[in-house]
Amino acid sequence: MADAEAENELITTADGIPLKQALKKALWQRKKTALLLVSPLFLFVMITFLIPIFDMLIRSVDNSIAGEQFPSVVVEIQRWDLDSTEIPDEATFQALFKDFKVGAEQKTISRLGRRLNYEMSGMSGLFRKTARKVKKLEAPESATEAMIAIDKDWGDIETWQLVKRESGKYTNSYYLAAVDAEKLSDGSIAMKAEERQVYVSLFWRTIRLSFTITALTILLGYPIAYLLATLKTKISNMLIILVLLPFWTSLLVRTSSWIALLQKEGVINDILVGIGVIGDDGRLAMIHNETGTIVAMTHILLPFMILPLFSVMKTIPPSWVRAARSMGATPFTAFRRVYLPNTIAGIGAGGILVFILAIGYYITPALVGGTKGTLISNFIAYHVSTSLNWGLAAALGTILLLLVLALYILYDKVVGISNMKLG
Amino acid sequence: MALPIHATLGERIWHYCFLTICFAIFTFLIFPILIILPLSFNAQPFFSFTSEMLHLQPDAYTTKWYQEFFTSLNWQGAVKNSFIIAFFSTIISTFLGTLAALGLSKPDFPFKTTIMGLLISPMVVPLIISAAGMFFFYSRVGLQGTHVGVILAHAALATPFVVITVTATLTGFDHSLTRAAASLGSAPTYTFFHITVPLIIPGVISGGLFAFITSFDEVVVVLFVGSYNQRTIPWQMFSGIREQISPTIMAVATILIMISVALLVFLELMRRRTERLRGITPH
Amino acid sequence: MNKLFKQTLLATVAAGVVATAQAETTMVIVSWGGAYTKSQQRAYHQPYMDANPGITIVNDDSASEGASKLRAQVEAGNVTWDLLDAEAPNAITLCDEGLVEEIDFDKDLAPAPDGTPASKDFGKSLISDCFIPQIAYSTTLGYRSDIYDVAPTKMSDVFDLKNFPGKRSLEKRPDPNLEWALIADGVDPKDVYKVLDTKEGVDRAFAKLDTIKDQVIWWTKGSQPMQLLADGEVAFGSAYNGRLFEAIEVNKQPIKMLWDGQALQLDGWVVPKGAPNKAEVMKYLRFATDTQRLADQAKYISYGPLRASSAPMVGKHADLGIEMASHMPTAPENMKGAIFYDFEWWADNKDDLAERFESWLAN
Repeated sequence: MADAEAENELITTADGIPLKQALKKALWQRKKTALLLVSPLFLFVMITFLIPIFDMLIRSVDNSIAGEQFPSVVVEIQRWDLDSTEIPDEATFQALFKDFKVGAEQKTISRLGRRLNYEMSGMSGLFRKTARKVKKLEAPESATEAMIAIDKDWGDIETWQLVKRESGKYTNSYYLAAVDAEKLSDGSIAMKAEERQVYVSLFWRTIRLSFTITALTILLGYPIAYLLATLKTKISNMLIILVLLPFWTSLLVRTSSWIALLQKEGVINDILVGIGVIGDDGRLAMIHNETGTIVAMTHILLPFMILPLFSVMKTIPPSWVRAARSMGATPFTAFRRVYLPNTIAGIGAGGILVFILAIGYYITPALVGGTKGTLISNFIAYHVSTSLNWGLAAALGTILLLLVLALYILYDKVVGISNMKLG
Repeated sequence: MALPIHATLGERIWHYCFLTICFAIFTFLIFPILIILPLSFNAQPFFSFTSEMLHLQPDAYTTKWYQEFFTSLNWQGAVKNSFIIAFFSTIISTFLGTLAALGLSKPDFPFKTTIMGLLISPMVVPLIISAAGMFFFYSRVGLQGTHVGVILAHAALATPFVVITVTATLTGFDHSLTRAAASLGSAPTYTFFHITVPLIIPGVISGGLFAFITSFDEVVVVLFVGSYNQRTIPWQMFSGIREQISPTIMAVATILIMISVALLVFLELMRRRTERLRGITPH
Repeated sequence: MNKLFKQTLLATVAAGVVATAQAETTMVIVSWGGAYTKSQQRAYHQPYMDANPGITIVNDDSASEGASKLRAQVEAGNVTWDLLDAEAPNAITLCDEGLVEEIDFDKDLAPAPDGTPASKDFGKSLISDCFIPQIAYSTTLGYRSDIYDVAPTKMSDVFDLKNFPGKRSLEKRPDPNLEWALIADGVDPKDVYKVLDTKEGVDRAFAKLDTIKDQVIWWTKGSQPMQLLADGEVAFGSAYNGRLFEAIEVNKQPIKMLWDGQALQLDGWVVPKGAPNKAEVMKYLRFATDTQRLADQAKYISYGPLRASSAPMVGKHADLGIEMASHMPTAPENMKGAIFYDFEWWADNKDDLAERFESWLAN
C-alpha cells in the first residue's frame, strides 16, 4: 500500500468525504456524546457540592458585616491613621452615633459587636450597652463626649484600632485565629496567649491520632487481606462477609456498640472483672478519651484498608513466592523480598484512604472521644452550630480541605484516581 | 493456603499462630456487631449484660425496646424520612451517575482524570466540610431545613459511589458485543437498551445500593442541612446516644444490621449473576 | 414493570396529597427534654391540646443549643420553631439581637385571678422585653448516698478530691462552674461577679477547676448527670434540681442533694421572629403562663412558678402526694448559701467565656 502515499490519492468514505475528515468528525461526535453524558452529573455536582464548598472558602475571609453595620464609620475611619496616638475626630464619632442609632433601631448592630468580640473581648458588651443607651438619645452636639460618656472604651485607642483593622471587605483574622495567632494593636502578628491556643495542637492531635489509626489498620488488615487473597475463592468468599458486614453496617450502630463495650460498666470491663484480670474498682477507662476514639475508629476503618489491600494481593501470582522458595529463600525472606514489595501499592492505597477518612471524622470522636479524643472536625462543627463563628469554622475547614487535597494528590500519584476500586 | 507437606515444624507453628491471629482479628471485626443483638433485649435500661441475662433467666429479656421503637412518634417520623430521602437521592444519583460513567468509559475522553477527580470529590472531601459548606450555601438559597435540600445533598454525596461502581463494571464490558449488534443492523438506542443495559444492570444496581446505603446511613450532613422535620434514623440515634442512652437504640441497631445482612446477600447474588452472564466461573 | 411503576408513583403522590389536606396546626415547642418536658407536657401541652382539638404540639428537645440553633435558623432564613424555652441570659441576648419577639405583657398574658396585671404579677422576673418567665430553677449538686462514708455537706466539697474521691460530673459550660470555683477558692459570694469581671479572676476560677479537671465527666443534657449517677459512673455532680427531685423521690434512687451553692436561674419562653404559627403560639402562651398552669407545673417537678399569684397554690405532687413547697429552690430553708445569677453580666460575657471554656477543655 506504500504506493497509495506516493500516488497522493485521497481515501474517501462511501459518501465521498475524505477519510481523514470523516474520521475526525466521527471522533468528535463520540467525544461530544461522551461529554453530553457526563455533563448532567457535572453540573449537578457543581451546583449542589462544589459551589457550596467554594462559598465556605469565601466565608473564611468575608468581612462584609463591617460595611453593612457601620456604613458611615467605615467611610470616616479611612482618614484615621492606625499609628495615630489620638482618637478619631468628631466627624467619625458622629458617624458612629448615626450607625448605632440605625443599627439599634433595627436590632442588627449587636452582630457586629459579636464579630468584633472574636478579636477583642468586651466588644460584645460594649456594643450592646451602647445600642441600649443610644436608642434613647437624640443627635448630640458633641458626639465624642456623648459616646465616651456612654462607655469609656470609645475613648480607647485600641478600640478604634480594631474597628479600623476590621473595616475592610475582607479579613485574614479568621485564618490567624485558626492557627492560634492574632493581630496586636500595632498591627504585628503574634501567637495568642497560651491558655487560648488550641487549634494548632488540635490539628496536630488529629494528624497524630489518624496516623496511629492508619498504622493499626495496616497492622490488623494485612494478615486478613493476605489470608483472604491466598485461600480458595469459595472459602474466601465466605470469610469476606466478615469484613463486608461491618463495612455495610451503619456507622452509628458500630459506634454505639463500642460505647456498650468500652464503658466502665460495659461488656469488656465486665469480662475482665469476671475473669479476675482487674478488680471491680480498677475498671479501665477506655471511653470518653483518646483510647475510645482510636479503638472505635480503627474498627470502623479497617474494612477500608482490607478491601484495597485484598484486591492488590489477589493479583500477585502465588508462583512467585514458590519460585523464591525453590531458589533457597526462607519463608520470611521470600515474603520480605518478593511478596511485601508487591503489596506496597495496596498498603499505600489503603493507608492514604484510611488517613483521609480519619482526619475528617466527626461522629465517632463526638460520641466516644470525651474532650481529649475530639478531632478538628468536632471543633468545626462546634463553630458552625454552637458558637456561630462561621468565619472561623470556614477557615478551619479550608485548612483541613487543603490538607486532604494534598493527600489526595499523593493518592493519585500512588494509585491513580481512575483505578479506585471498592472490592 | 494449605500447609504443604514439606512444611517444617517451625513453619507449622507459624501457620497456626497466623491462623489464630487472623481469628482474633475477625473476632474484633464481628464481635461488636453481634453483641448488639442480645443487648437489644435487655430488660433493664442498661448498655451491658445484667447478671440475670448471663444466667439466661427469661424475665431479664424483653422486646419492649422494639415496641417503643415502633410506637414512638419520633422514630416513626425518622423511619419515614430516612426512606423518602434515601429513595429519591438514590434515584437521582443512580441516574446521573450511570450516565456519567457511560460517558467516562468512552475511549479518549478529554481531561478524564480532572473530571473524574471532580466527580469523585464528594467522597474525598471530609464530611464535616461538605456539611458545613452545604449548610452555608443552602441557607443562602433557602434550601436549609427542607426535604429537597437534604435529598440534593445526599444525592451529591452518593454519586461518586455510583460512578465508581458502574465504571468498574464498564471496564469489563466487552465492546465487541455492541459492535456485533451494530454490524447486524441495530440502531444505537436499540443496542443500548437491549444489549448494554442488561449487562451493566448488576453494576448499576450495586451502585444504586451503595447510594441508598450512603444516604440511609448518613448523619453529619442531615444534622446540618436538615432540621427537626427531616430527622432520619441516624439523626435519632445520634441524639439518643448523646442524651439518654436507652436500649431502643440497640433495637434500632439490630434492625439495621438485619437490613445490612439482607443487602449483602442480595449483592452477592447479583455478583454471581454477573459472573454467570459473562461466562466467568470462580476457580 | 412500567405500568406497575406508574401505578405506585400515582398512589404515593395521592397519599401525599391526602396527608397534607388533613393538616392540622402543628406547633413545635423546644424545651429541655426528660422530666422537665414531661412536666410541661402534663401541665401545659396536654390540657391545651385537649381544649383545642385541631392543634398538635410537638416537643423538640434541643433547648440546650437553643440560642445558637435559633440564630442559625434566622440567618438561614428558615425558622421552624414556634416557641423556645430559654434561660434568662440567652433571652436577653436573643432579644437584643432582634431574633425573638417583644411582648406586651399586660396585653398578651393573662392577669392574676384577682385582677393584678401580668407585669405586676411577674414582677422582678421580667428581665427583658422578650422574656416570658415561667419558673425558677437551680443548678445544684447531687451525690450517691451509698458511696461516701461521710456525706458532702457544702458545695466546695465537689472540689475536695481527698475526702470525696472519684469521678464527678459538671455541666459543660462556664456557668455556674466558674462561680463555684471562685467561691470554693474563698471569694465571698457577694463579690463573685466583681472578681469574674477581671482577667485575674477568670484565671483564678480556671485554675481552681484545673484541680479537678481530670476527674470530671462533662454533661450537656439534663438527663445525662442523672444517668451517670444512677450507673455509678460518677459519685458526685451537678444537675438541675428538678431532675434530682425526679431521681430521688420518683425513681427512688440512692441519691441525695445539696442546696448549698445552688445557682438560681430564671427560665421562660421566647417567641422566635418569623415563627410559623405566631397567632396560635400567642394564644397558647396566654393559657400556658396563667396562674393556674404555672402552679400546676409544680405538681410534676420541683421548679418554682414565677408568678406571685401561683406561689400559694403550689400543692402536692400529682403522683406521689408529697408537699412540693419544701422542694422548691425558692423555699426559705433552701435559700441559705444560694447564688444569684447576674443575668446581664452573663448576657454580655457568655460568648467570650464559652470560647475560653472550650479551649480549656480541649487542652
